Amino acid sequence: MLIQIILVAGLVIGGGLLLVARPVNARHLALRRLGLLAFVAFGVLAIVAPSITSWVAHRVGVGRGADLLLYLMFAAFLAFVATTGRRHRELERQLTVLTRRIALDEVRPPSGSDAQSSHRP
Amino acid sequence: MVRGLLPTFPQVVCVDDGSRDGSAQAASEAGAVVVRHALNLGQGAALQTGFSYALDDPAMRYVVTFDADGQHQVPDAAAMVERLRRDEADVVFGSRFLDERTRPGLLKRVVLKTAVHYSNATTGLHLTDAHNGLRALTRPVCAAIEITQNRMAHASELVHQIAQTEARTVEQPVHILYTDYSRAKGQSVLNGVNILTELFFK
Repeated sequence: MLIQIILVAGLVIGGGLLLVARPVNARHLALRRLGLLAFVAFGVLAIVAPSITSWVAHRVGVGRGADLLLYLMFAAFLAFVATTGRRHRELERQLTVLTRRIALDEVRPPSGSDAQSSHRP
Repeated sequence: MVRGLLPTFPQVVCVDDGSRDGSAQAASEAGAVVVRHALNLGQGAALQTGFSYALDDPAMRYVVTFDADGQHQVPDAAAMVERLRRDEADVVFGSRFLDERTRPGLLKRVVLKTAVHYSNATTGLHLTDAHNGLRALTRPVCAAIEITQNRMAHASELVHQIAQTEARTVEQPVHILYTDYSRAKGQSVLNGVNILTELFFK
Protein backbone atom coordinates (compact mmCIF):
# COMPACT_ATOMS: atom_id res chain seq x y z
CA MET A 1 0.00 0.00 0.00
CA LEU A 2 1.08 3.53 -0.66
CA ILE A 3 1.11 4.53 2.98
CA GLN A 4 3.61 1.82 3.79
CA ILE A 5 5.97 3.09 1.12
CA ILE A 6 5.60 6.64 2.39
CA LEU A 7 6.16 5.72 6.03
CA VAL A 8 9.13 3.43 5.44
CA ALA A 9 10.76 5.99 3.20
CA GLY A 10 10.16 8.67 5.82
CA LEU A 11 11.61 6.48 8.54
CA VAL A 12 14.72 5.62 6.57
CA ILE A 13 15.32 9.24 5.57
CA GLY A 14 14.73 10.39 9.13
CA GLY A 15 17.15 7.79 10.47
CA GLY A 16 19.69 8.83 7.87
CA LEU A 17 19.37 12.48 8.87
CA LEU A 18 20.06 11.53 12.46
CA LEU A 19 23.37 9.95 11.53
CA VAL A 20 24.60 12.74 9.31
CA ALA A 21 25.99 15.63 11.29
CA ARG A 22 25.17 18.54 9.05
CA PRO A 23 25.57 22.11 10.23
CA VAL A 24 22.34 23.91 10.99
CA ASN A 25 21.81 26.76 8.61
CA ALA A 26 19.13 29.20 7.58
CA ARG A 27 17.75 26.90 4.93
CA HIS A 28 17.05 24.18 7.47
CA LEU A 29 15.40 26.68 9.74
CA ALA A 30 13.15 27.95 6.96
CA LEU A 31 12.26 24.43 5.90
CA ARG A 32 11.46 23.52 9.46
CA ARG A 33 9.22 26.55 9.86
CA LEU A 34 7.42 25.78 6.62
CA GLY A 35 7.01 22.24 7.80
CA LEU A 36 5.49 23.47 11.04
CA LEU A 37 3.16 25.73 9.13
CA ALA A 38 2.03 22.88 6.90
CA PHE A 39 1.56 20.77 9.98
CA VAL A 40 -0.68 23.37 11.58
CA ALA A 41 -2.61 23.88 8.37
CA PHE A 42 -3.16 20.17 8.02
CA GLY A 43 -4.25 19.98 11.63
CA VAL A 44 -6.76 22.78 11.21
CA LEU A 45 -8.09 21.13 8.06
CA ALA A 46 -8.48 17.82 9.82
CA ILE A 47 -10.42 19.47 12.63
CA VAL A 48 -12.65 21.63 10.43
CA ALA A 49 -13.38 18.99 7.80
CA PRO A 50 -12.86 15.58 9.39
CA SER A 51 -14.12 13.73 6.34
CA ILE A 52 -11.09 14.94 4.43
CA THR A 53 -8.77 12.82 6.50
CA SER A 54 -10.86 9.77 5.70
CA TRP A 55 -10.72 10.61 2.04
CA VAL A 56 -6.96 11.03 2.07
CA ALA A 57 -6.60 7.91 4.20
CA HIS A 58 -8.52 5.79 1.72
CA ARG A 59 -6.41 7.12 -1.13
CA VAL A 60 -3.18 5.92 0.47
CA GLY A 61 -4.57 2.65 1.76
CA VAL A 62 -5.31 3.40 5.41
CA GLY A 63 -8.63 2.36 6.94
CA ARG A 64 -9.51 5.46 8.94
CA GLY A 65 -8.60 9.12 8.92
CA ALA A 66 -7.67 8.87 12.55
CA ASP A 67 -5.19 6.10 11.78
CA LEU A 68 -3.58 8.25 9.10
CA LEU A 69 -3.25 11.08 11.54
CA LEU A 70 -1.58 8.74 13.98
CA TYR A 71 0.95 7.58 11.41
CA LEU A 72 1.74 11.12 10.37
CA MET A 73 2.05 12.14 13.99
CA PHE A 74 4.55 9.35 14.53
CA ALA A 75 6.61 10.49 11.55
CA ALA A 76 6.48 14.10 12.74
CA PHE A 77 7.67 13.02 16.17
CA LEU A 78 10.66 11.19 14.72
CA ALA A 79 11.56 14.23 12.67
CA PHE A 80 11.35 16.32 15.81
CA VAL A 81 13.64 13.94 17.70
CA ALA A 82 16.19 13.98 14.88
CA THR A 83 16.20 17.77 14.62
CA THR A 84 16.34 18.33 18.33
CA GLY A 85 19.10 15.77 18.75
CA ARG A 86 21.21 17.47 16.14
CA ARG A 87 20.69 20.90 17.67
CA HIS A 88 21.54 19.55 21.10
CA ARG A 89 24.83 18.11 19.85
CA GLU A 90 25.71 21.42 18.21
CA LEU A 91 24.94 23.28 21.42
CA GLU A 92 27.13 20.91 23.37
CA ARG A 93 29.97 21.44 20.93
CA GLN A 94 29.68 25.21 21.29
CA LEU A 95 29.57 24.94 25.06
CA THR A 96 32.73 22.84 25.02
CA VAL A 97 34.62 25.33 22.87
CA LEU A 98 33.52 28.19 25.11
CA THR A 99 34.38 26.41 28.34
CA ARG A 100 37.79 25.47 26.98
CA ARG A 101 38.48 29.04 25.90
CA ILE A 102 37.63 30.34 29.37
CA ALA A 103 39.62 27.60 31.08
CA LEU A 104 42.75 28.32 29.05
CA ASP A 105 42.41 32.08 29.51
CA GLU A 106 42.12 31.78 33.27
CA VAL A 107 45.09 29.53 33.90
CA ARG A 108 47.04 30.48 36.98
CA PRO A 109 50.51 29.19 37.85
CA PRO A 110 50.72 26.57 40.59
CA SER A 111 50.41 27.83 44.14
CA GLY A 112 52.72 25.20 45.60
CA SER A 113 56.04 26.20 47.18
CA ASP A 114 57.87 23.75 44.95
CA ALA A 115 56.23 25.36 41.95
CA GLN A 116 57.64 24.89 38.49
CA SER A 117 58.98 28.00 36.80
CA SER A 118 56.27 29.51 34.71
CA HIS A 119 57.05 29.50 31.01
CA ARG A 120 54.43 31.99 30.01
CA PRO A 121 53.99 35.68 30.83
CA MET B 1 50.53 11.79 42.61
CA VAL B 2 51.53 15.18 41.23
CA ARG B 3 54.53 15.17 43.53
CA GLY B 4 55.48 11.77 42.14
CA LEU B 5 55.42 13.14 38.62
CA LEU B 6 57.23 16.42 39.11
CA PRO B 7 60.79 15.15 39.51
CA THR B 8 60.60 13.37 36.16
CA PHE B 9 58.10 15.62 34.42
CA PRO B 10 58.54 19.24 35.44
CA GLN B 11 55.52 20.41 33.46
CA VAL B 12 52.47 18.84 35.01
CA VAL B 13 49.05 20.18 34.07
CA CYS B 14 45.86 18.99 35.71
CA VAL B 15 42.56 19.67 34.06
CA ASP B 16 39.85 20.27 36.62
CA ASP B 17 36.64 19.25 34.90
CA GLY B 18 34.21 21.05 37.19
CA SER B 19 35.25 19.23 40.33
CA ARG B 20 33.58 20.25 43.55
CA ASP B 21 36.07 18.69 45.91
CA GLY B 22 39.41 20.16 46.87
CA SER B 23 41.40 18.20 44.31
CA ALA B 24 42.23 21.21 42.11
CA GLN B 25 43.56 23.12 45.10
CA ALA B 26 45.61 20.13 46.20
CA ALA B 27 47.06 19.69 42.72
CA SER B 28 48.01 23.34 42.54
CA GLU B 29 49.66 23.23 45.92
CA ALA B 30 51.61 20.18 44.84
CA GLY B 31 53.03 22.16 41.98
CA ALA B 32 50.79 21.36 39.02
CA VAL B 33 49.29 23.92 36.69
CA VAL B 34 45.52 23.65 37.00
CA VAL B 35 43.28 24.40 34.04
CA ARG B 36 39.71 24.58 35.21
CA HIS B 37 36.52 23.85 33.25
CA ALA B 38 33.64 25.94 34.55
CA LEU B 39 31.33 23.06 33.66
CA ASN B 40 31.78 19.33 33.79
CA LEU B 41 32.33 18.35 30.19
CA GLY B 42 33.81 14.87 30.42
CA GLN B 43 37.14 13.14 30.21
CA GLY B 44 37.50 13.57 26.46
CA ALA B 45 37.01 17.32 26.71
CA ALA B 46 39.47 17.48 29.60
CA LEU B 47 42.06 15.64 27.56
CA GLN B 48 41.67 18.00 24.63
CA THR B 49 41.96 21.00 26.93
CA GLY B 50 45.18 19.49 28.26
CA PHE B 51 46.44 19.06 24.72
CA SER B 52 45.52 22.63 23.83
CA TYR B 53 47.36 23.91 26.87
CA ALA B 54 50.44 21.87 26.00
CA LEU B 55 50.38 23.03 22.39
CA ASP B 56 50.34 26.65 23.56
CA ASP B 57 53.82 26.11 24.91
CA PRO B 58 56.22 26.46 21.98
CA ALA B 59 58.91 24.51 23.84
CA MET B 60 56.71 21.44 24.25
CA ARG B 61 57.90 18.40 22.31
CA TYR B 62 56.23 15.46 24.03
CA VAL B 63 52.92 15.06 25.83
CA VAL B 64 51.94 12.26 28.18
CA THR B 65 48.33 11.59 29.16
CA PHE B 66 48.28 10.29 32.72
CA ASP B 67 45.20 9.37 34.72
CA ALA B 68 44.71 11.21 38.00
CA ASP B 69 43.32 8.27 39.95
CA GLY B 70 46.62 6.60 40.66
CA GLN B 71 46.30 3.80 38.13
CA HIS B 72 49.38 4.75 36.17
CA GLN B 73 53.01 4.47 37.11
CA VAL B 74 55.56 7.23 36.56
CA PRO B 75 58.36 4.87 35.43
CA ASP B 76 56.08 3.56 32.67
CA ALA B 77 55.43 7.11 31.48
CA ALA B 78 59.12 7.95 31.60
CA ALA B 79 59.98 4.87 29.56
CA MET B 80 57.41 5.85 26.95
CA VAL B 81 58.82 9.34 26.53
CA GLU B 82 62.30 7.89 26.31
CA ARG B 83 61.16 5.84 23.30
CA LEU B 84 59.84 9.00 21.69
CA ARG B 85 63.13 10.75 22.36
CA ARG B 86 65.01 7.92 20.69
CA ASP B 87 62.72 8.47 17.71
CA GLU B 88 61.44 4.90 17.88
CA ALA B 89 57.93 6.12 17.19
CA ASP B 90 55.65 9.16 17.17
CA VAL B 91 53.06 7.73 19.53
CA VAL B 92 53.36 5.23 22.36
CA PHE B 93 50.23 3.53 23.66
CA GLY B 94 50.34 1.91 27.06
CA SER B 95 49.03 -1.64 27.20
CA ARG B 96 48.24 -3.64 30.28
CA PHE B 97 48.11 -6.89 28.31
CA LEU B 98 51.70 -7.01 27.11
CA ASP B 99 53.08 -8.40 30.33
CA GLU B 100 51.79 -10.09 33.42
CA ARG B 101 52.01 -7.22 35.88
CA THR B 102 48.36 -6.19 35.64
CA ARG B 103 45.56 -8.55 36.55
CA PRO B 104 42.12 -7.18 35.74
CA GLY B 105 39.03 -9.13 36.75
CA LEU B 106 37.46 -11.54 34.27
CA LEU B 107 34.50 -9.36 33.33
CA LYS B 108 36.66 -6.33 32.85
CA ARG B 109 39.04 -8.34 30.73
CA VAL B 110 36.22 -9.57 28.49
CA VAL B 111 34.86 -6.06 28.05
CA LEU B 112 38.31 -4.64 27.28
CA LYS B 113 39.11 -7.38 24.79
CA THR B 114 35.82 -6.72 23.02
CA ALA B 115 36.69 -3.04 22.87
CA VAL B 116 40.08 -3.98 21.41
CA HIS B 117 38.51 -6.05 18.65
CA TYR B 118 36.07 -3.26 17.82
CA SER B 119 38.84 -0.67 17.84
CA ASN B 120 41.16 -2.73 15.68
CA ALA B 121 38.41 -3.38 13.18
CA THR B 122 37.28 0.22 12.89
CA THR B 123 40.51 2.18 13.14
CA GLY B 124 43.01 0.05 11.23
CA LEU B 125 45.40 0.28 14.15
CA HIS B 126 46.19 -2.98 15.92
CA LEU B 127 46.47 -2.46 19.64
CA THR B 128 46.24 -4.88 22.50
CA ASP B 129 44.65 -2.37 24.89
CA ALA B 130 42.23 0.10 23.31
CA HIS B 131 41.18 1.92 26.46
CA ASN B 132 44.42 2.67 28.22
CA GLY B 133 44.75 6.24 29.48
CA LEU B 134 48.56 6.22 29.49
CA ARG B 135 49.83 7.53 26.16
CA ALA B 136 52.78 9.54 24.93
CA LEU B 137 52.58 11.73 21.84
CA THR B 138 55.01 13.91 19.97
CA ARG B 139 54.06 17.49 19.27
CA PRO B 140 53.21 16.99 15.55
CA VAL B 141 50.78 14.19 16.39
CA CYS B 142 49.26 16.21 19.22
CA ALA B 143 48.76 19.14 16.87
CA ALA B 144 47.13 16.93 14.25
CA ILE B 145 44.35 15.58 16.42
CA GLU B 146 41.27 17.16 17.92
CA ILE B 147 39.04 15.25 20.29
CA THR B 148 35.38 16.08 19.83
CA GLN B 149 33.92 13.27 21.93
CA ASN B 150 33.56 14.83 25.36
CA ARG B 151 32.61 11.75 27.29
CA MET B 152 33.76 8.18 27.22
CA ALA B 153 33.99 7.68 23.48
CA HIS B 154 37.10 9.86 23.32
CA ALA B 155 39.55 6.97 23.61
CA SER B 156 38.27 5.33 20.44
CA GLU B 157 38.17 8.66 18.65
CA LEU B 158 41.76 9.34 19.65
CA VAL B 159 42.97 6.00 18.33
CA HIS B 160 41.02 6.56 15.12
CA GLN B 161 42.52 10.02 14.55
CA ILE B 162 46.03 8.83 15.30
CA ALA B 163 45.57 6.01 12.82
CA GLN B 164 44.56 8.58 10.23
CA THR B 165 47.73 10.62 10.74
CA GLU B 166 49.71 7.48 9.85
CA ALA B 167 52.13 8.28 12.66
CA ARG B 168 54.41 5.49 13.82
CA THR B 169 52.79 3.89 16.82
CA VAL B 170 54.16 1.37 19.30
CA GLU B 171 52.85 -0.17 22.48
CA GLN B 172 54.53 -0.16 25.83
CA PRO B 173 53.79 -2.65 28.59
CA VAL B 174 52.47 -0.73 31.56
CA HIS B 175 51.26 -1.64 35.00
CA ILE B 176 47.75 -0.56 35.94
CA LEU B 177 47.16 -0.37 39.65
CA TYR B 178 43.55 -1.06 40.59
CA THR B 179 42.83 0.60 43.87
CA ASP B 180 39.46 0.98 45.54
CA TYR B 181 39.45 4.61 44.48
CA SER B 182 40.18 3.85 40.84
CA ARG B 183 37.62 1.08 40.84
CA ALA B 184 34.98 3.48 42.11
CA LYS B 185 35.92 6.03 39.47
CA GLY B 186 36.32 3.55 36.64
CA GLN B 187 33.96 2.76 33.86
CA SER B 188 31.18 0.33 34.45
CA VAL B 189 30.45 -2.32 31.86
CA LEU B 190 27.20 -0.55 31.01
CA ASN B 191 29.21 2.45 29.89
CA GLY B 192 30.19 0.37 26.88
CA VAL B 193 26.66 0.99 25.64
CA ASN B 194 27.15 4.72 26.06
CA ILE B 195 30.47 4.64 24.27
CA LEU B 196 29.14 2.81 21.25
CA THR B 197 26.06 5.06 21.06
CA GLU B 198 28.15 8.21 21.20
CA LEU B 199 30.49 6.96 18.50
CA PHE B 200 27.65 5.96 16.25
CA PHE B 201 25.67 9.16 16.57
CA LYS B 202 28.80 11.35 16.67
